[in-house]
Amino acid sequence: MIRRLFIANRGEIAFRVIRTARRLGMTSILGASEADLSGWPAREADEVVCVGPSPSPQSYLSVDAVIAAAKAARADAIHPGYGFLSENAAFARAVAAAGIIFVGPEVSSLEAMGDKLMARKVGIEAGLPVVPGGEATDKAQALERATATGFPVLLKAVSGGGGKGMKRVDRVEDLEASIDMAMAEAQASFGDPRIYVERFIASGRHVEVQVLGDGETAIHLGTRDCSIQRRFQKLVEEAPAPLIPDDKRAAIETAAVNLARHLKYRGAGTVEFLVDAETFDFFFLEMNARIQVEHPVTEEITGVDLVEQQLLIADGQRLMLTQDMVQADGHAIEVRINAESWADDFRPSPGIATHVAWPTGAGVRVDTHMPRGGVVPPFYDSLVGKLIVRGATRDEAVSRLAAALDVLNIEGISTTADLHRAIVRDPRFQAGGVDTRFFEGLTHG
Amino acid sequence: MTVELPLSPEDVNEIATILDGSSYDRLDIRTSRFRLRVERSGDGWSQEWSLDEAAEIAVAAVVNVNIAAVVPDGLEGVAAPLPGTFYHAPQPGAPPFVAVGDIVGPDSVIGIIETMKLMNPVHAGCTGRVVDVCVDNATMVDSGAILMHIQPA
Repeated sequence: MIRRLFIANRGEIAFRVIRTARRLGMTSILGASEADLSGWPAREADEVVCVGPSPSPQSYLSVDAVIAAAKAARADAIHPGYGFLSENAAFARAVAAAGIIFVGPEVSSLEAMGDKLMARKVGIEAGLPVVPGGEATDKAQALERATATGFPVLLKAVSGGGGKGMKRVDRVEDLEASIDMAMAEAQASFGDPRIYVERFIASGRHVEVQVLGDGETAIHLGTRDCSIQRRFQKLVEEAPAPLIPDDKRAAIETAAVNLARHLKYRGAGTVEFLVDAETFDFFFLEMNARIQVEHPVTEEITGVDLVEQQLLIADGQRLMLTQDMVQADGHAIEVRINAESWADDFRPSPGIATHVAWPTGAGVRVDTHMPRGGVVPPFYDSLVGKLIVRGATRDEAVSRLAAALDVLNIEGISTTADLHRAIVRDPRFQAGGVDTRFFEGLTHG
Repeated sequence: MTVELPLSPEDVNEIATILDGSSYDRLDIRTSRFRLRVERSGDGWSQEWSLDEAAEIAVAAVVNVNIAAVVPDGLEGVAAPLPGTFYHAPQPGAPPFVAVGDIVGPDSVIGIIETMKLMNPVHAGCTGRVVDVCVDNATMVDSGAILMHIQPA
C-alpha cells in the first residue's frame, strides 16, 4: 500500500498528482527545486523536500538528487509526472534499486519505446501498421524502397534531425536527383550518407489512444486528436478524435490495446498514430510510457481519474476497470496556456503574473499552478495552465471554449490565450477533423 | 497533513454553478492559506486565487530587482529583452558573437539568452563600437539588465 508518495515534478502536473494522492489518503511529498519552493504546489503538498538548485539538470533531471530526496523523505513510491525523468529507464532502475515503487511501466517497456526506430520494430512485432518505408545505404536501394513504398515519398537522413536532409519527392522522375541531393546533404551534415525512405502522408492527423494495463490485461479509454501543433508541440487536444469512421476508430483502438498487451504493459500509456486524413489509414508512430499533458480530455469524457489508476496499478493491484465499464460521454477540448507571446513568434515570457483570472463554471476545468502573483521562472517550460472544456457534443464544447477564453485574463506575462481565441474562431477548427498543417494556415488576429 | 479542508477544483466549479442560478455576482472566500474570488465575468464565471500576503511581499521584492543598471553618459546600453541565462557565444568553446572593439549594427547578434529551454538572440539595437561587456558568460540576468555598452557611431 502506497502511503508516502514522492512527486518528482513541478507545475500543474505536480499539483494534479497531489490532489489525487490527497483524495486517496496518501501523504504527498513534493520534490521541488529552489525556484519552486514557494510555489502553489509546494504550499498544497503535505511535505516539501528541496531537490536542488533551480536549473533542472541540477534538480528535476538529476537522478541522484531525486532519489536521495525521496529516500530522505521515506517515500514508498515516486510519481515522475511527464517530461523530466518520467521515461528515463536508468531512473526507473535506480528507483527500484532504492526499494521505492516507480509509478510507471516496467523498465523493459521504457526501453522498448525509448527511441523511434526501436518503437517501430516493436510495433511491427506486435502486428501494428507502420508508415511504409525503410533505410537505404545506396542509391539503388533507395530507388527500390521508393518504388515499393509509393509516391509521394519523404527522404530523411538516418542520423539526422531537425529537418536537415529531409526532402519530399512527388514523382518518380525526380527521385534520382533528389536521392543524390539527400545523400550528399546527409553526408555533409551528419557524416553519414544513409537515408530513410518513407511514404509521405500529405494530409495527416495525429491521433492517439489512452491505454491502461496491469501487466496481464490492457484496455483503452478511447482516442484523442492532437493535430493542432506548432513545430511538433501540441497546442490543442480533444477527445474523442472527431470525424473518424467508427470501424477505423475501433481498429485504431484495438491496435493500441494489442501493443499494450504485447508489451505486458503496466500503467497508463499513450499509443500515437499518424492517420491519413483522407483514407483514414493509420500508422503507429510511438508510445508515451507515462501520463500525458493532455490526459484530462480523456478523464472528462470517461470519468476515470487516470492518476488514480496509475497509483493503483503501481501498488500492485489488478485493473478494476473492464473495457465495457469505460463509456465515453460527450466531447472535451484542452488548450495549453503557455507563457509565450504569439505576436512575438512565441517568445517565452517568464515573469510575474500580476493578475490571474481563470474561467470556471459548468463544463469548465482548469489544471494550473498559477495563482495571482505566481512566478513563471525562466528555467522550465512555459506551460502555466490547461483550460479544459466539456460539452454534450463537440459544438457545445467549442462554444464553451470560446466563452471560457473570453473570461480568461492573465496580466504581467504574455500567454497563448490570444492564439487560442483565434483558433476557436477558425472555421476549419469549428468544423473539426483538421490535419497537422492547420497551424500554418492560421492567420494572426 | 493540512488541517483545513482543501477546496478542490470541483468544489469551485460547483460554487460557480450554484451562483449562476442565483442573483449573486461574486463570492469571496478567505482562509489563512488563500483567498478565492468567484465572480461573474461577461456570460461566464472567473476564479481568482491568491496565496497569503507573505507571498505577495515576496512578489513585490522580485519586481524591484528588475531595475536596469545605469549607462554612462554618451554610451548606449544593450538591455536584456527577457530574463534568462546570458551567453556570449553560440555554443561552449565557440568564439563570442562580439568582443570589445567590434563594430555592430542594429541587427547584429551580440549574445543569446536561454529562457525556458529556448535560445533567444539579443540584438545590438544601434550602430556603434562595443566598449564594454558588462555581464559574464553564462550568467542569469533579469529583463532590462544592461549586457553591453556601445559607443554610438
